[in-house]
Amino acid sequence: MWTWFHKLGSPPHAYRILGKMAPWFGWPALVLILVATWWGLWKAPTDYQQGDAYRILYIHAPSAWMSMFAYVMMAVAAAIGLIWRIKIAHAASAAGAPIGASFTFLALATGSIWGKPMWGTWWVWDARLTSELLLLFLYLGYMALRASFDDPQRADRASAVLAIVGVINVPIIHYSVQWWTTLHQPASVTKMDRPSIALVMLIPLFLMMAGFQLYYGWAMCRRLRGEILRRERNAGWLKEAN
Amino acid sequence: MTRTPILEAARLVFRRDLTLAWRRWDEVTQPLIFYVVVTTMFPLATTPELSQLRLISGGVVWVAALLSSLLALEALFRADVEDGTTEQWVLSGQPLGYLLLAKVAAHWMLTGLPLVLMSPIVGTALGLPFEAWGTLVVSLLAGTGTLSVLGGIGAALTVGVRRGSVLLSLLVLPLAMPLLIFGARAVTMAIDGDSPAGPLQLLAAIFFLALSLGPLAMSAAIRISVEN
Amino acid sequence: MASDGALFEARAINAWRGDRHILRDVSFTVHPGEFLKITGPNGVGKTTLLRVICGLLPAETGDMFWKGRNIRGTADEFHIDLAYLGHLNSLKADLTARENLKFLSGLRQSLTAADVDAALDRVGILSRGDLPARSLSAGQKRRLALARLVLADADLWILDEPVTNLDTAGIALVEELIHEHVSAGGLAIAAAHQRLLDDAAILRRLELEP
Repeated sequence: MWTWFHKLGSPPHAYRILGKMAPWFGWPALVLILVATWWGLWKAPTDYQQGDAYRILYIHAPSAWMSMFAYVMMAVAAAIGLIWRIKIAHAASAAGAPIGASFTFLALATGSIWGKPMWGTWWVWDARLTSELLLLFLYLGYMALRASFDDPQRADRASAVLAIVGVINVPIIHYSVQWWTTLHQPASVTKMDRPSIALVMLIPLFLMMAGFQLYYGWAMCRRLRGEILRRERNAGWLKEAN
Repeated sequence: MTRTPILEAARLVFRRDLTLAWRRWDEVTQPLIFYVVVTTMFPLATTPELSQLRLISGGVVWVAALLSSLLALEALFRADVEDGTTEQWVLSGQPLGYLLLAKVAAHWMLTGLPLVLMSPIVGTALGLPFEAWGTLVVSLLAGTGTLSVLGGIGAALTVGVRRGSVLLSLLVLPLAMPLLIFGARAVTMAIDGDSPAGPLQLLAAIFFLALSLGPLAMSAAIRISVEN
Repeated sequence: MASDGALFEARAINAWRGDRHILRDVSFTVHPGEFLKITGPNGVGKTTLLRVICGLLPAETGDMFWKGRNIRGTADEFHIDLAYLGHLNSLKADLTARENLKFLSGLRQSLTAADVDAALDRVGILSRGDLPARSLSAGQKRRLALARLVLADADLWILDEPVTNLDTAGIALVEELIHEHVSAGGLAIAAAHQRLLDDAAILRRLELEP
């Protein structure tokens, strides 16, 4: 097991391993997402409270979850890179940021789309949407900081510090936003919370969640390979491979 | 010659920054003026009615205080990094976090504290009642203090960046949102006659968290910035 | 201590600046009483090497040892024994010469006013003690930076182009300071273009090649 991890630390090995792993993530992801979409759009029954509009939840909830998951992964990779000085960890952190930001944006967009038929507005300041918005700011800040450095190693380390500070803040932000939204509706539940639903309606949610998770794995394999290429462009092994 | 103890070293850094600021005091007053100007914008943009301004006075005072503090924080480390003082601090053998915290403390005393002292006046201009002054001051003390630490981390990360002030705001403001939520809400609760103890305690907790972990992050960021 | 009595040892140091592999497998030792002069053409990595030794720049691979212990885990203790004079003088323009020393060197050692005056006198700018650093000439600023070395109470001196902006008297001062320090059992590592103690017995050379 250890030798496998060790190999992962070396760029040429990592490049090959990631290339082999990608389809194992990609195809199941595609299948799961397609099945979940079909199930969610057609097979699942119409909700008696929210009609058909609730179906957007099947994309909104997994995206929101993934956006959080991706940030934590990004911060963990950054911490590993910073503390143990493992370069590929920094590459993983950099690779994961746009994926996470995209999930965040998707969560915001689907949340907004859900809002229109539900409350008549394209935006509402509820706990989840507001948290996602702040998370988007954190992602954008991370990517902007990375981009502002010319030296790639300094970019790696500085953005790692930021990611770690950010991940400590995320629970604080979540709690404070939650607290903020309950001030005017003390007993209410988050507007975007899952309605109490039957198992048959939950299945597409789980399927989509699993599909998104696998998609994340696939996207990370692809982007991390790209990062490795970019970082190692002057290295010998690349020229030999070509 | 004996080795300087760490507290004495921190005190030296603190006094040094106060001495330097004293010789350039016009820079110290700028954030304060900005604070008043920004607060003035809100009545002009909304309504002159104090009864209506009162509803948003807690939020406005807080937003203006955060923005003014942030303005001042941008140049926190730049001079020291550019003239090589920071690298000597890194090489001093003293725990870097304490030295940086001393610097942030001096900076807070020169920028954050005047804002806090000015805030009752500014708040009154927005209809804030006298009963809420205490909560306003206490909440801003913890808030500007925490922001100084967060801003210190951001300033250390962006010290070499061209036009770093916008990037600094982009990095620090999202992290400061919880402060804004709890602080502005505490003031509004005080205006409404409710007890602001809950949010004030949360603010204090965040402040102490920032005080304990902030120096670590600042050290790491400064070490990266001296790599040139 | 290393087996041959060397206090400082560098082993297979490799460092990059951006994409450029600047230091390749640099190894050397320095013994008490030695002055190591690092030479080489512009851009070859002299400053990089000195900053890597100090710990201001990271070495990608390789280790450094001070008094037999790996610096990686004991950076603060190493820094207590180290005095660094870089390209920058580390002076605040608005503080006087005395205040500059008090607030910077004072972080390392407890200084009395007499200590500060003695250091200013040693480097020849005692009369300028109460002038703001802004109004010192470039050479005087460099001398003020040298005063930090005098006050530092450090075994290892790391100097990057120490004689920048100095006149012949200033260069002689630097040579004197290094000589005294090294004769008392200290170590010095310097990067310099010019002649600097080139004929002295204490000198060893390290030539960096591109």
